[in-house]
Amino acid sequence: MWKWLHPYANPEVTYHFTNKLLPWLVALAAIFLSIGLVWALLFAPADYQQGHSFRIFYIHVPAASLSMGIYFAMAIAAFSSLVWQLKLADASAAALAPVGAVFTAIALITGAAWGKPMWGTWWIWDARLTSELILLFLYLGIIALHSAFEDKNLAGKAAGILTLVGVINIPIIKYSVEWWNTLHQGSTVSKLGKPAMSLEMLWPFLFCFVGFSLLVGVIVSLRFRNEILARNSIRPWVRELVSQHTKA
Amino acid sequence: MTLNSQNSAIVAKNIDIAIEEKATFSYRHAFMLVLKRDLTIAMRHRDDIINPLLFFVIVITLFPLGIGPEAQTLSRIAPGIIWVAALLATLLSLDRLFKSDHQDGSLEQMLLSPHPIFILVLAKILAHWLITGLPLILIAPLLAVLLHLNEQSYGALMLTLLLGTPVLSLLGAIGVALTVGIKKGGVLLSLLVLPLYIPVLIFATSAIDTAALGLPYSGQLAIIAALFFGSLTLAPFAVGAALKVSTN
Amino acid sequence: MQFSSFSDFINMGGYGFYVWLSFGAAALLLTLLIISSKTGHQKIIKQIAQRKNREDKLRQAKKIKQQQAAKQNADLKEVTR
Repeated sequence: MWKWLHPYANPEVTYHFTNKLLPWLVALAAIFLSIGLVWALLFAPADYQQGHSFRIFYIHVPAASLSMGIYFAMAIAAFSSLVWQLKLADASAAALAPVGAVFTAIALITGAAWGKPMWGTWWIWDARLTSELILLFLYLGIIALHSAFEDKNLAGKAAGILTLVGVINIPIIKYSVEWWNTLHQGSTVSKLGKPAMSLEMLWPFLFCFVGFSLLVGVIVSLRFRNEILARNSIRPWVRELVSQHTKA
Repeated sequence: MTLNSQNSAIVAKNIDIAIEEKATFSYRHAFMLVLKRDLTIAMRHRDDIINPLLFFVIVITLFPLGIGPEAQTLSRIAPGIIWVAALLATLLSLDRLFKSDHQDGSLEQMLLSPHPIFILVLAKILAHWLITGLPLILIAPLLAVLLHLNEQSYGALMLTLLLGTPVLSLLGAIGVALTVGIKKGGVLLSLLVLPLYIPVLIFATSAIDTAALGLPYSGQLAIIAALFFGSLTLAPFAVGAALKVSTN
Repeated sequence: MQFSSFSDFINMGGYGFYVWLSFGAAALLLTLLIISSKTGHQKIIKQIAQRKNREDKLRQAKKIKQQQAAKQNADLKEVTR
């Protein structure tokens, strides 16, 4: 049933496919993001409790969800690479990691900037923010481990093992941090619970979410191409491509 | 035959020029050379910069998780946490100072050179501080926010770190120089160096605590500055002597 | 339009600093990420091109050496005939 996927195990085929896909992703991301952000900034209603600061929500929540989603994508790639020996999965995991780290950082920064006017403090050790911070450390650890190896194949295997260990750990970490939080009676009740979203807020949120997801697709595709080239540098098709590039 | 004598005349002239240049090889030139070399090496091994920094951040994060998110408790112990984490992170990074040079023999070559050892050692320690201490100082305010540090203490935090981290590099270099030839000298290094760090720790945290009360803390700063200048002038000689012992 | 004037828009009902800090930080980080991905592409292409040049040069040098050795053999054979 999956035979149609088989040609894509070949790096050259996937490279050219990514090249073909990229313009579409860029166009779609540009459309969705511009509609979504303009709607969120200019037209979405202000929250009756939080005022215009609620607009941060339209970046914060997509970034936080994407940061988790990218980690799970990395885990699937790591699994494919370790269990099914798919070499391209290593390349995609390496491409995903920095993007995930950046989105986690964006989630943390926008969360802090939202928390200051809402809670009166830039940072609060509540369950969600703490789990997000630990997720950032997991990402940075994977990136650091990957860059510590000279041989990219070994690096991919090691980072893959770490990613899988991390993905099993994430629910455990989330649970223990929530337990820690209730134990220590966090000082303020989190006012940033998911609001019952009116349609007027739901639509810009959806556009932003889809737009950011497509942006992730664009950036990961760019980095994926670079990884494929780096890992297949001795192949004749890569050499051919490079000489075309340098002549142009 | 005349061609040969002409050649040897030219060669002799070149040697004379070389000797003259060497005789006027200034201290500053040698210092800058070693500094540039160490900085270039560090730039090529970014991991050496990033890993101690990440360690610093993660260790500081562990404390609220272990003690509880109560802002009052955290802000009371924040100066101590930040400074202890800085000590440990510096300790981890000291290994890099002489180890790789010792392993490939360039350390012995440096010791055999006609330049005074303290110039070369000072250059290496400056490079180490630029790579380890400076990023620590830059990221400390963000971590102080995480720990709810008292607002009045930020200035004291930055000043104590600015004056104190060079002392950590200087005193740490003595320890590394003593243990560089020893296999598995890592834990031994901690035992040697941490007692030396205690005065800096005491006066730095005292300064930050005093600042939190709104009182002047220039006394403590003056003592840290005295430690700085004392170690700046004396430590390189100790390091040189220790290196001579270690490379025997 | 939720805002009656441009200055209202910048002010964001008093929350301007925080809203623009968030949007600005997000924009900055994403721009840096995209730039780094693009320069990575240039770097890899340059690295592969350099390695290819080096290997070509080595192959050329080897060929020339072989030709010289062959020529020397031929000359030797001539002389010792």
